Amino acid sequence: MKRRLWPVQLALLAVIFAAWQVLTQPGLVPPFVWENPDRAAFFFGEPLKMFQAIWAWFADGTIYRHLWVTLEETVLAFLIGSLLGLAFGLWLGLSPAASALLDPYITAMNAMPRVVLAPIFMVWFGLGIWSKVALGVTLVFFIVFFNVYQGVKEVSPVVLNNAVMLGANRKQLLRYVYLPSATSWLFSSLHTSVGMAFVGAVVGEYLGSASGVGYLIQQAEGAFDINTVFAGILVLTAFALVLDFAVGRAERRLLQWRPGQSETEQL
Amino acid sequence: MAAAVSFEGITCTFAARAGGPSYTAVKDVTLSVGEGEFVSVVGPTGCGKSTLLNVAAGLLRPSSGTLRVLGEPLAGINRRAGYMFQAEGLMPWRSALANVTAGLEFRGVAREEARRRGEEWLERVGLAGFGDRFPHQLSGGMRKRVALAQMLILDPPILLMDEPFSALDVQTRSLMENELLELWSANRKSVVFITHDLEEAISLSDRVIVLSAGPATHPIGDFPIALPRPRDVAEIRLAPGFIALHDRIWHSMKEEVLKGYAQTRNRVAG
Repeated sequence: MKRRLWPVQLALLAVIFAAWQVLTQPGLVPPFVWENPDRAAFFFGEPLKMFQAIWAWFADGTIYRHLWVTLEETVLAFLIGSLLGLAFGLWLGLSPAASALLDPYITAMNAMPRVVLAPIFMVWFGLGIWSKVALGVTLVFFIVFFNVYQGVKEVSPVVLNNAVMLGANRKQLLRYVYLPSATSWLFSSLHTSVGMAFVGAVVGEYLGSASGVGYLIQQAEGAFDINTVFAGILVLTAFALVLDFAVGRAERRLLQWRPGQSETEQL
Repeated sequence: MAAAVSFEGITCTFAARAGGPSYTAVKDVTLSVGEGEFVSVVGPTGCGKSTLLNVAAGLLRPSSGTLRVLGEPLAGINRRAGYMFQAEGLMPWRSALANVTAGLEFRGVAREEARRRGEEWLERVGLAGFGDRFPHQLSGGMRKRVALAQMLILDPPILLMDEPFSALDVQTRSLMENELLELWSANRKSVVFITHDLEEAISLSDRVIVLSAGPATHPIGDFPIALPRPRDVAEIRLAPGFIALHDRIWHSMKEEVLKGYAQTRNRVAG
């Protein structure tokens, strides 16, 4: 029994928006919280107007520039954060002395709410994309770092000894055993780290910028335009879904060697 | 003629964790494996068989004693030996072919050449056409074949094998044993084969060495196996000579096996 779920899922979405529209319609539902019948629409927005706003964005093309900026920031933050996390994870994983020395610092940095660094980055890197990239990097770095560190620590000693007996020197062990093992952990954290890069980009834009979807939301909020705020959120959500889908595709390609739940074939 | 591998008074003592007494796994072991000889080492579980093999491989430095490889004392990793581990040693992120050719790659053999020889070895262990599978897509027996090819492609003069077939089912196991014998007889390498299975030891070997129960394991018996070759491991078990040998060796082992059991039980209880 394999039924496609997406028509049902889509129907559910339509129901939610319809209910939203009806409940916020001035005068349609008797106001029992607020005296003013327009209040519900003021606080929660009206889906129809949101879609109009989104339509307008795409119709005149203004949204593309902002989406592009957000995508750029996300991708850069992900790449830079991943590379740094990979390098540090390998280094600390292979050097017990360094990891013992730096352990309290890493714990402290990870525990710190790094979003508060955003204003500092803005001072350092200005209002352009780089302050957002920097924020995303601090978020991505720790996820990748911890995963890679774990990956290095959990290399099977038998696989390692086997490679040694096959003649691998220290450099070859790093390249042929530690690195593949660490990157497999990196790929398995792909969803989380791409998500974090996205969060860094949007929060950074929201706190101060001249472009990006976060900026659009921030502008609309300044004008109490709740419909445009929600429109921005919907666009971001759709964008996140597309990103996640792309990551899923990449993951399936890169982790081909991993036993899957259903695709394992025993011969 | 120098022996392929000789243990001279090897003792291995492991420092204890958390202040307990230190543990002497292997004590004063002297034995040698001649060139081209197939020697099995049997002993009760947990008696330090693998420790001895790790010493021979150079993965473990003995506390005292000397290990000689072809007459020379060993320092560092034993580059003349191939090692087949009991547990899975294949790199899970590499295809079967890439696993087989790993050793060649480490030695800087050209890609094309490595690939050609890898395919050849896959065919020799009966895995032609499975080169692009990942280890998780292969059965346990096939993974062992890949491990065997991975070791033999480097053509090491000494083979160290640590219960390589213990995880396989009986049928696959005797198949693999026959294949091993066939590959071995083609160009006689010196083999140290560790097992807890006496029948396996007798049917494969030129000589069977019996170890005492741990701790402080040492050899307590050395039995030449004068059965004719080539052998078929399933058929040779029915030969009258085999049964007599089995009886004799088992007799010398029995007490140690019981000792080993009692110790394991005490360790679990205590």
